[in-house]
Amino acid sequence: MYTSLSNRRSFIKKMAMLSAMTAAASMFPGILFADEQEKGIPDNVNLNWKKGPCRFCGVGCGILVGTENGKAVAVKGDPNCSVNKGLLCVKGYHQIMCIQSKDRLTHALVKKNGRYVQTPLDEALDIVANKMKETIASHGKDSVAMYTSGQSTIPEGYVASKLMKGAIGTNNLDCNARLCMASAVAGFLTSFGADEPMGCYEDIDHADYFVTWGNNMAEMHPVLFSRMLEQKSLRGAKIIDFATRTTRSSTASDKSILFEPQTDLAVANAICYEIIKNGWVNKSFVEKHCSFSKGLTNMGYGLEDKYKFKDKPEKIDFEAYKEFLKDYSPEKVSKYSKVSVKDIKYLASIYGNPNNKVVSYWCMGMNQHTRGTWMNNLVYNIHLLTGKISQPGNGPFSLTGQPSACGTAREVGTFTHKLPKGVVMNKKHRELAAKIWKVPVERIPSKPTYHATEMFRAVDRGDIKFIWTQATNPLVSLPKTGRYRPAMEKKSCFVVVSDVFPTPTSDVADVILPAAWHIEKSGLYGNSERRTQHWNKMVEAPGEATADAWMFIEVAKRMGYGDLFPYSKENHVEEIYNEYRQFHEGAKHGMAPLEVLKKESGAIWPYVNGKSTQWRFNAKYDPACSNDEAFHFYGKPDGKAVIWQRPFEEAPEKPDQEYPFWLNTGRVVEHWHTGSMTRRIPVLHQAMPNAYVEFHPDDAKKLGIRNGENIKVSSRRGSCVLPASINERGLPTKGQVFVPFFDENMLINDVTLDAFCPISKEPDYKKCAVKVQKV
Amino acid sequence: MPIKSYLVHPHSGRKKELIKALSVIDQCQIVPAENKELIVLVTDTETGKEEENLKEKLEAIESLKLLAMVSGFNTP
Repeated sequence: MYTSLSNRRSFIKKMAMLSAMTAAASMFPGILFADEQEKGIPDNVNLNWKKGPCRFCGVGCGILVGTENGKAVAVKGDPNCSVNKGLLCVKGYHQIMCIQSKDRLTHALVKKNGRYVQTPLDEALDIVANKMKETIASHGKDSVAMYTSGQSTIPEGYVASKLMKGAIGTNNLDCNARLCMASAVAGFLTSFGADEPMGCYEDIDHADYFVTWGNNMAEMHPVLFSRMLEQKSLRGAKIIDFATRTTRSSTASDKSILFEPQTDLAVANAICYEIIKNGWVNKSFVEKHCSFSKGLTNMGYGLEDKYKFKDKPEKIDFEAYKEFLKDYSPEKVSKYSKVSVKDIKYLASIYGNPNNKVVSYWCMGMNQHTRGTWMNNLVYNIHLLTGKISQPGNGPFSLTGQPSACGTAREVGTFTHKLPKGVVMNKKHRELAAKIWKVPVERIPSKPTYHATEMFRAVDRGDIKFIWTQATNPLVSLPKTGRYRPAMEKKSCFVVVSDVFPTPTSDVADVILPAAWHIEKSGLYGNSERRTQHWNKMVEAPGEATADAWMFIEVAKRMGYGDLFPYSKENHVEEIYNEYRQFHEGAKHGMAPLEVLKKESGAIWPYVNGKSTQWRFNAKYDPACSNDEAFHFYGKPDGKAVIWQRPFEEAPEKPDQEYPFWLNTGRVVEHWHTGSMTRRIPVLHQAMPNAYVEFHPDDAKKLGIRNGENIKVSSRRGSCVLPASINERGLPTKGQVFVPFFDENMLINDVTLDAFCPISKEPDYKKCAVKVQKV
Repeated sequence: MPIKSYLVHPHSGRKKELIKALSVIDQCQIVPAENKELIVLVTDTETGKEEENLKEKLEAIESLKLLAMVSGFNTP
């Protein structure tokens, strides 16, 4: 269709206006623009509004989707959802626009003689099942693998786990949450013996200080950030931004403190040093509820194939810990962290003042870190030493990036080492899974196999000969994609990709399965605050697009496991959830019944006696506490949380003469992750049409680089050409460049390094060395 | 030929003055918030030079405290 330039210009102006309004709505809760804001939303007389969670990010905002004549035509924030109280961000408002994209995958495609041929879904599922069976028969069960997503629903993750671990009997199941949340998981487990935050979003209404650790919440979690700004305005709460780049969050904060990449480890220890030195330790809390440990150091970075590491925790006492911290005085740390002594002492005083309520927030900055588990431990140390934990307005809070990174990846357990309850290494956990799944316990292997990075390395080596990915785009999101793209193209591996849209990953598939988008199926997600959210199918999926859970079940049946998957097509979501709930029965992790979730905008687990548990480990709120004390960290056998001795260690690759810049990668408010959905939403795509490389103005001036000029960013692994951006969205520190990763036409992950945290196995996308050249 | 959108923050108590100042600039289209001290601004210029001139004009407005860009792109 021809669009005149004037029409196009007018359209773009409208979109620009709408983008600004939605950004304002995120920053200023309750802001009104008279009727302008409502323009474009159809008259709601005939709209049928249905509740559900937002598809983008882990905040879990409640949305109301307006449907008319079987089509989704409008979205608004759900005022009854306590997460967002009616607010939405720019992505949330526009989310449904992607499902009508012209290049939607509506039918299965099978590669025949080098070309994709539209194929009936039943036939494509036969091909997938037969290929999986043949591969297992020829090469063993560990030659097949599945790579799923934090965007998969709870039932989808559950049947994937049951198929791989319970039916086939392989632990070759991992998910993209490994790339974003694994360090948070390992941090929670090592410090508390129980995954996921102890607090909830209501902490925002009580805290005096919010300290954000390497976390640009204004763009990545805008609705939560707007709730913080509201408290700043209403009660004078303070926001302290601690980061390596000046962002929209920094400018909206009360104070921005910048640090040299990787030295957050040292600054966190320096804060603990100051807390002890100044007598700010909450002694009775620490004596009653904490123990001290140290682990192995100089662990390496996982850069070599088949890298293995197992920590050896060793108990220490408070005096030994205090001695260790002597290397982390503010004066010593200031020299290499580039944080002033005054600012380190200021941060320590915020946590140290017993009258302050403090919440720490973090997401990818701390998790995507070669010492990510340590970094999580260190922030817990600060909260444990001061006793600022598990109380309204006091606590460490790890935010998630995907809508069900918690609900599916972490709770159902779609990691190689996990089961719906516990881990494969634990005999009792395997026995429980075998009992509920009705399979012989011997079938569930006791050893984890491949984490995400190693799984794709195994594809490259030819060890994995069949891989099935769902709702994820690894050939844009993995680090060092330059290795894994050719690996997935090799004939040695049969690739099945289930997705809603074509992506660079589906481009290398042998079979592409058309997936239903979230509102085209019923499902459940679990957000960052342990809230489980249910929604009913709102519209029909186009063509033969089908829910991922049902495609797994169909393949399982074709492979001869039908008796283990006796679910009906109409009610499988309900049937699977009710089966899954059995894993978590009890006061420590009880899940809300489906009838409750259908009525309410989610419930927080542990759901006990008809009530959500908002603050875990605090006897006042958590019925699972049983030690007759005010706090009970029942995840650990001795009921005590662990304060870990974790040192500062250098990043695996630092800027040098040949590659003089740090490369930091991340996201922008307009796009969600690899952009496969948001780049198909015109208003978002137009607002941020392509990636860019951000420079500090002094570096740009020194190199003679001007805004918009094409720059080649190269590392020892690959290169990428992008336009320069100076003084626009963000401001990296001198000697650092920043590139968002949403753009499949500018693959910055060809440049990144596939080093990871040896404990969590989560890659570090925030630090490697690059050089830049004008093209 | 850039089109850009901004969140415009006035100095305390000077929102009306700022609305008036922005309203008389040809390349500016504004939507003031009803209940907050904030104005949404969309600018539409033909050339880079015109864009630079406009930026200078905006920076000279005394009632304007902060200009935060939300989106910006070139269009034919």
